[in-house]
Amino acid sequence: MKLDSKIPQGPIDKKWSDYKNHIKLVNPANKRNIDVIVVGTGLAGGSAAATLAELGYNVKAFCYQDSPRRAHSIAAQGGINASKNYQGDGDSVYRLFYDTVKGGDYRAREANVYRLAEVSENIIDQCVAQGVPFAREYGGLLDNRSFGGVQVSRTFYAKGQTGQQLLLGAYSAMNRQIGRGKIQMYNRHEMLDIVKVDGKARGIIARNLINGEIERHSAHAVVICTGGYGNVFFLSTNAMGSNVTAAWKAHKRGAFFANPCYTQIHPTCIPVTGDHQSKLTLMSESLRNDGRIWVPKKMEDAVAIREGRLKPTQIAEEDRDYYLERRYPSFGNLVPRDVASRAAKERCDAGYGVNATGEAVYLDFASAIDRYGKEQARIHHLDENDAKLIYKLGKEVVENKYGNLFQMYEKIVDEDPYTTPMMIYPAVHYTMGGLWVDYNLMSTIEGCYVLGEANFSDHGANRLGASALMQGLADGYFVLPYTIGDYLANDIRTGKIPTDLPEFEEAEKNVRNIIDHLMNNKGTHSVDYFHKKLGKIMWDKVGMARNAQGLTEAMDEIAQLREEFYKDVKVSGTAESFNQELEKALRVADFLELGELFAKDALHREESCGGHFREEHQTEDGEAKRDDENFAYVAAWEYKGNPRESVLHKEDLVYENIKLVTRSYK
Amino acid sequence: MAKSALLKSSLAKKYWMALTGLFLCLFLVGHLIGNLQLIFGDASKFNEYALFMTTNPAVKVLSYLTYISILFHAIDGIVLTIQNKKARPIGYVKNNAKANSSWSSRNMAILGTLLLVFIVTHMVNFWAKMHFSEMPLQTMEVNIAEGQTVKLYKTVQEQPIPATAVEMGQLEVRGTGFYQGDLKIADGYKDLHKITVEFFQHPQYGLIATVLYVLAMVVLGFHLSHGFASAFQSLGINHPKYNCLIKGIGKIFCYVIPALFAIIPLYIHFILK
Amino acid sequence: MNLTLKIWRQNNAKEAGKMVDYKINNISPDMSFLEMLDVLNNELIEKGEDPVAFDHDCREGICGMCSLFINGEAHGPDRGVTTCQLHMRMFKDGDTIYIEPFRAKAFPVIKDLVVDRTAFDKIQHAGGFVSVNTSGNTQDANAIPIPKHDADRAFDAATCIGCGACVATCKNSSAMLFVSAKVSQFALLPQGKVEAADRVRNMVEEMDALGFGNCTNTGACEIECPKGISLENIARMNREYLKASIK
Repeated sequence: MKLDSKIPQGPIDKKWSDYKNHIKLVNPANKRNIDVIVVGTGLAGGSAAATLAELGYNVKAFCYQDSPRRAHSIAAQGGINASKNYQGDGDSVYRLFYDTVKGGDYRAREANVYRLAEVSENIIDQCVAQGVPFAREYGGLLDNRSFGGVQVSRTFYAKGQTGQQLLLGAYSAMNRQIGRGKIQMYNRHEMLDIVKVDGKARGIIARNLINGEIERHSAHAVVICTGGYGNVFFLSTNAMGSNVTAAWKAHKRGAFFANPCYTQIHPTCIPVTGDHQSKLTLMSESLRNDGRIWVPKKMEDAVAIREGRLKPTQIAEEDRDYYLERRYPSFGNLVPRDVASRAAKERCDAGYGVNATGEAVYLDFASAIDRYGKEQARIHHLDENDAKLIYKLGKEVVENKYGNLFQMYEKIVDEDPYTTPMMIYPAVHYTMGGLWVDYNLMSTIEGCYVLGEANFSDHGANRLGASALMQGLADGYFVLPYTIGDYLANDIRTGKIPTDLPEFEEAEKNVRNIIDHLMNNKGTHSVDYFHKKLGKIMWDKVGMARNAQGLTEAMDEIAQLREEFYKDVKVSGTAESFNQELEKALRVADFLELGELFAKDALHREESCGGHFREEHQTEDGEAKRDDENFAYVAAWEYKGNPRESVLHKEDLVYENIKLVTRSYK
Repeated sequence: MAKSALLKSSLAKKYWMALTGLFLCLFLVGHLIGNLQLIFGDASKFNEYALFMTTNPAVKVLSYLTYISILFHAIDGIVLTIQNKKARPIGYVKNNAKANSSWSSRNMAILGTLLLVFIVTHMVNFWAKMHFSEMPLQTMEVNIAEGQTVKLYKTVQEQPIPATAVEMGQLEVRGTGFYQGDLKIADGYKDLHKITVEFFQHPQYGLIATVLYVLAMVVLGFHLSHGFASAFQSLGINHPKYNCLIKGIGKIFCYVIPALFAIIPLYIHFILK
Repeated sequence: MNLTLKIWRQNNAKEAGKMVDYKINNISPDMSFLEMLDVLNNELIEKGEDPVAFDHDCREGICGMCSLFINGEAHGPDRGVTTCQLHMRMFKDGDTIYIEPFRAKAFPVIKDLVVDRTAFDKIQHAGGFVSVNTSGNTQDANAIPIPKHDADRAFDAATCIGCGACVATCKNSSAMLFVSAKVSQFALLPQGKVEAADRVRNMVEEMDALGFGNCTNTGACEIECPKGISLENIARMNREYLKASIK
């Protein structure tokens, strides 16, 4: 099968508008006869469900949480990018497009990214109209801040809770349609398979998580918006329930999985404290605007700190290594996430890590407090030499900007980040890889669309901060509603899809078989036991730095662990009731397959790019070495009965508007 | 819509609760000013006040408003309490409510019920007598010569009537009126002062009555410590600028007013001769 | 730390439940409360017993999925946190900890500590939105300046995570804090003012119909709210409703 990305012809800045002018439309009366299933209710799913319902389609929306408002988009802190250029600092659609492609290390599809940058402005207008309370300046206009990897201020934000506010915006739009009966909402439902009829996605099998009933739902198209698969690492900043199941089941039914190895390891997370840890907490990237990252210069200081003999505040300025500022003078602490994460790992691996585990670096606000304090003192004509006063004034400013984050840090770590530098370490945060989609966001299964983090298209090998929210909403509000119409225009005479077709029968049986196996397995270990093991393999061998040997081992170990899982997992309770262990088991079963494909993809990509770092491919000073000649393509994998046997399809990445250069933030 | 919303909805019930409550607070102030005549005035002043309160048409309107307020406040309170109980059919095994709210705020219904009992007793003791039963009329002793006094009835018309005139049958007392045959020549004052003083100085029950009245005022204090400020919140008045003022006045209603009310029976029982 | 846990166990919505005692040992003070429950559940599974069901998802205090009434308080004894952010250092070795589901008629128990909070969604369906289509064809985001003070207060109201702690804490199981937060957010913004009257009427009507109790202004919700949503919002809703009712 040849991959066709269906990118419209024409100059890049005309592609989307030309496309919209020429697609087929469905008239309002016909839309009433068309059903669409949307799985997942985060920014992508929520906005898609609301918009499709507004247009007049009958939408069935599914989420595993008890309310659509709880999807993990809610946890995004920092902000959302848009090329509004309100600050007049030279931003433009092209520059946002350029920054995103460059930030993604030239592994994203140009046309999709350009469209994303184009619609970014509408997102902000839309959200403000919905009553999203973005941060504002005293003049009443919207405020912006800057984020990693760019040199303009284009990030709109709502304190440290931008994702929450945007999601509540989408949720409110959904609520309006639920109230009007245009969306049927299925909370606490998990999609366990996709149903294909005559090669087209025509429905899903879902489990009602409250009573365990297996349900069939049919529609004319299925939209998968189920987020990323970072939880394959067990520890990540994802929600506990975030999973790959919907995407993976679609993959097994014929949707190609693209670039699974592109994982974003976020540099500013709270370090792991012990084996009991169930998840990692992110500290917003916005902290890097004011915090300075360092480790001790001297090995003996680092050891003393780890052993608790020395406090970071006791280390003199000249004995600190502000390694990001040292290595990347032009971007300093605001280098992109992949670069910042690897630099932290490099220092910790070299033995300069600072907490008991040796896996942490400092994020220090002392100089920011001092700088802001002096600024305030000048403004209010106070004594700039009064250290106590300066600290007090500076702390107030920092508290205003990051108060909630500092409070969260203190609750978790039990240390006051105003007086002691924060400790941070990289953690799995986002997966750029996902189901392959064409320009229309349709996967290789006809009628199965994939939006948001669940697809692969816009972030290449590394996502810039504040771009995930932009993509989710762009896909859901402004892209899919057009592209899906073009497809559904052919379905106006199809009529309701019956759920008693043999294809539904088969898919349901399939699901029941897996559940029966898991429930009747007389194993000895809990699901978490296997999930933790998988996570350890992934983190050690498929994590921030990868090499051929580790990846080969990982593939074998994961395959073996999977076998062990099916033999030895123990799931208590019954299938016909609320059963969180069964939910977990079904998710981990899919992670155990995905993990292997993930490692396989990482093994095949013999280059370093973005979040994918192969130790064999680095420059002398440890920077990633891309190989554009051989790897400027999307790796889309076709399932062949076993992740190991997956077949590679390549979509060549053609750059007509941006010259491929080595990414440098020095 | 709007009509039923102003009666039935949960918020509307709170508005009525607040409005009637605040009106009753105003009533308390008026009542207290009158009652303080028992300490700072004399029997005449107090009885004049009592007469004024029972006969002035404007006061009549207000008093009916007060009765309605009390009834509405009580009924609304009962309805709310029943609804609130229904909203949580299974309670907590352990509930550490004191960590997040004041005792009085959680026990307004109990405090309110106690106050209702008090109000009923109080009305039986004084209000009903004043309105419905025969009461002694106020008299005064006037010195006419050394060691010689005469007893006179105080009248509204200010011309006192010698008690002897009644004792000797020249005048007849019907209700509060002094009659010569069928001709009313003057009105006396119901001697509520005497009734009150006797009530709290009663050799057998005086002490108990005093203690119970003081306790009732403590209950009132608790009820108002939450109720006063709460009423403003219910009516939507919550503004950082004015919250201080509301809280301040709330303190007066919670401490000062009940305390002043409580001092009166104590004064009568222990100090007044 | 070694602890005694008293946990509400209930098989499903129909069967009656009861408190069951569990002993748990070697708990690190650095664990979160939910990680402590993970440990308990792992032990129960290894022993062949049914693990305790409890809601949780993001485990960073923002999704609002976790609940639990711990030692008589919603989200436990700490302030400004959800249960997932509550850490075991708030407890002492040898403590007995009561763990109960959020209780309200409108929040029926699904299993053990898991309750059904869809009533909150239903209130939002009734009016928790601005009626604007998601076409993106709206005016420019900066067309209407909004005083920073109003925007900030709208944001403060909008930080509600819909966890239901207010209902669980309120002696009357009232949902006023939750509803008022949404009403306030929109009432404070010009975009939301247009349909403010209908919104507040519809949301209050739905709230009443769902069987939540009334507000007696005890202020407990504000104290226990993990996001510190202020009682000012309830006052604002009272005003908005009054305005809407006499219109």
